[in-house]
Amino acid sequence: MAELGRAALVVCLGLSVYALAAGGWAVFAKKRRLAVSAQNALLAAFGCAAVASATLVVALVTHDYSLQYVTRLTSNELPLGYTLSAFWGGMEGSLLLWLLVLTAYGALVVTLNRRRSDLLPWIVPVLGLVATFFSFLLVAVSSPFATHAAPSNGFGLNPSLQNPYMLAHPPLLYLGYVGLTIPWAFGMGALLARRADEAWIVATRRWTLFAWTALGVGQLLGAHWAYVEVGWGGYYAWDPVENAALMPWLAATAFLHSVMIQEKRGMLKVWNMLLVILAFALSLFGTFLTRSGILNSIHSFTESTIGPWFLGFIVVVVVLSLALVFLRLPLLRSRTRLESLVSREATFLYNNLLLVALCLTILWGVVFPLLSEAVRGEASVVAGPYYNFFLRIFGLPLLLLMGLAPLVAWRRASLRSLGGSFAWPAALAALTAVALLALGAGSSKAGLIAYTFSAFVLGSIGYEFVRGTRARHALVGGSWSGAFSSLVGRNRRRYGGYVVHASIVLLAIGIAGSSAYDTTRIQKLRPGESMRVADYTLTYHRLVTRQAQNAQELRALVDVERDGKTLGRIEPGKNRYPVEQQTSNEPAIRSDRATLGDLFVILERAQGNTVTLKAIDEPLVNLIWLAGFVFLAGALVALWPDPVEQRRLQERYALQTA
Amino acid sequence: VTVTLVAAAVLAVVCVLYVARPFLLEPAPRADRLAELDELERRRLALVEERDRAVDALREVEFDHRTGKLSDDDYRALVGPLRRRVAEATRALEPRGKETQRARAAG
Repeated sequence: MAELGRAALVVCLGLSVYALAAGGWAVFAKKRRLAVSAQNALLAAFGCAAVASATLVVALVTHDYSLQYVTRLTSNELPLGYTLSAFWGGMEGSLLLWLLVLTAYGALVVTLNRRRSDLLPWIVPVLGLVATFFSFLLVAVSSPFATHAAPSNGFGLNPSLQNPYMLAHPPLLYLGYVGLTIPWAFGMGALLARRADEAWIVATRRWTLFAWTALGVGQLLGAHWAYVEVGWGGYYAWDPVENAALMPWLAATAFLHSVMIQEKRGMLKVWNMLLVILAFALSLFGTFLTRSGILNSIHSFTESTIGPWFLGFIVVVVVLSLALVFLRLPLLRSRTRLESLVSREATFLYNNLLLVALCLTILWGVVFPLLSEAVRGEASVVAGPYYNFFLRIFGLPLLLLMGLAPLVAWRRASLRSLGGSFAWPAALAALTAVALLALGAGSSKAGLIAYTFSAFVLGSIGYEFVRGTRARHALVGGSWSGAFSSLVGRNRRRYGGYVVHASIVLLAIGIAGSSAYDTTRIQKLRPGESMRVADYTLTYHRLVTRQAQNAQELRALVDVERDGKTLGRIEPGKNRYPVEQQTSNEPAIRSDRATLGDLFVILERAQGNTVTLKAIDEPLVNLIWLAGFVFLAGALVALWPDPVEQRRLQERYALQTA
Repeated sequence: VTVTLVAAAVLAVVCVLYVARPFLLEPAPRADRLAELDELERRRLALVEERDRAVDALREVEFDHRTGKLSDDDYRALVGPLRRRVAEATRALEPRGKETQRARAAG
């Protein structure tokens, strides 16, 4: 079994090297058959990565402990679902997932663009380079198919990874991380081919949007996993692993906005190239952070097998990409300039500056402790307050810009028309602020500002839909619903984008509500005693123990009341995993559909019959998860193909010499 | 182990054959030059993008004016130059398109 996996990876490495070398020679010497052969190598590399992945899945499912990876991450007691998720639970498996997704994307790029894009021969060696790196790591540095004398049982999976979210969260993150390779490869391909046109941008629109969506949804699933599994009452702790996914997402968000300026005005060509390089480099850096061991200590990084290789590859990617941009600067100069600082494109520019500033600030927060440890030999911590400060500094203006941008016309806007556009959303924001102050929400200034800006953004989005539908109705007549669907159908990216903006507003309201207006109580209770948190009364009854398939469960039985009305029983507790020799918190969460808040209860300690409970009232926290669904809906609207537009663009970029 | 090794060998052979396919299907092709845009076609593509960008901009300006985002004065100031740009790009495309066709027919 292990031999087949190893052989598949060796063949995959050979094919990737061939795609890089033969593909590179083909474009240099203008050899058509060699270019097609290199494309076939990329397709075949996907087949080999799929065989290697299938081999690992079979080894996991059959508990083939002759593989070190299977021994380290599974056990006979581990349920099947988590046994499958062990595929990406360790370093070697997650590198194999990287390679599988990369070659799958590569195969799809080749299949979809063979007859469409004359840029493809230039893209294949670029993708070959990345595939070569990952298959080399898997063959020579960190193989998931390393064997040893098989023990009778494995060590099991980390209990915190034994959660249904772990079945979807890592694969989605990888779809996002690896997906950002595609716009980078197209960008580099265009530069190598000395192409200044927008073919690469048109070809990568959906790729970028898809990768960005997967990364966004993956992060939200990760936040929900942290909320229900890690058991500290929060969903985002500015942990470097979390930041590793947020940074490329922010860079990709900036790119998705600035690319529109290039499409509409032919501007920001250099900036867009820099953004795809940044997004891809950060996706590599994210994998490096989570898989090199550098987060434990700078020393464990130098001892880790993949760390130095990864760092070297990131340096190579960044240096080569920047050198290429520098070499092609004359091609990338735009002839048009910004006409006014009050225009849609100017708001996009401000948005880009804020997004990149936020991204780099987070990067510095992640890198500083590592540099500090490397240079001074002392580990330092960049904690939540640093990130929260900059989130307010850059995040609140970003939120405001989301409301301003739709109201401003492209190219230029006069004060009179701006006044007319701003009146309704501004009035809604002012009313919201007054109402919130009257309700006592002034205790948190940041929260009050976030809510006021959120009202402004929602008002502006709503107004934009109303004005657009009215204009469309006046133009084509018919029913209002017909005018609305025709409005959205004719510009899916724009209106899908507005829905995504609405989801960010929901996210902001949820974060502000749950972090600025939350209440926490910690209390020791004997059976029959009660504690209060916000409007809730919690009465502790007794402890119970149960045996699950792979864990011993300890639960505290707690009754919940509000305003004298019994709401039911919750069971916060802890799970003890005997195989893994670890214990996990199992919080009890009671959601209130009316207020969209949660009562979050953690069993901090149990001694005899006495327990210490930590109870948190988190207002509006469920808006964060609701935002995920709205985000996905908006992204799908934006991703949905527009046949008319597609035909027009295909004709424009069809192989001119075919 | 033997079955696994045979499977691995089959995988390698299939991959090699697939990679070699373009050479096996066309051992002696009449033309083996990679298709790429020449200078004329690049210029033409730039003009098509320029024309499309101007047409899109015109559409945006019309829509922004209709929805009240653009005042009458701004609309008038913007729409004229944009129409001229569309006309110029379209005009620039026509003769060059014919030239290209003639050149292709001759070549």
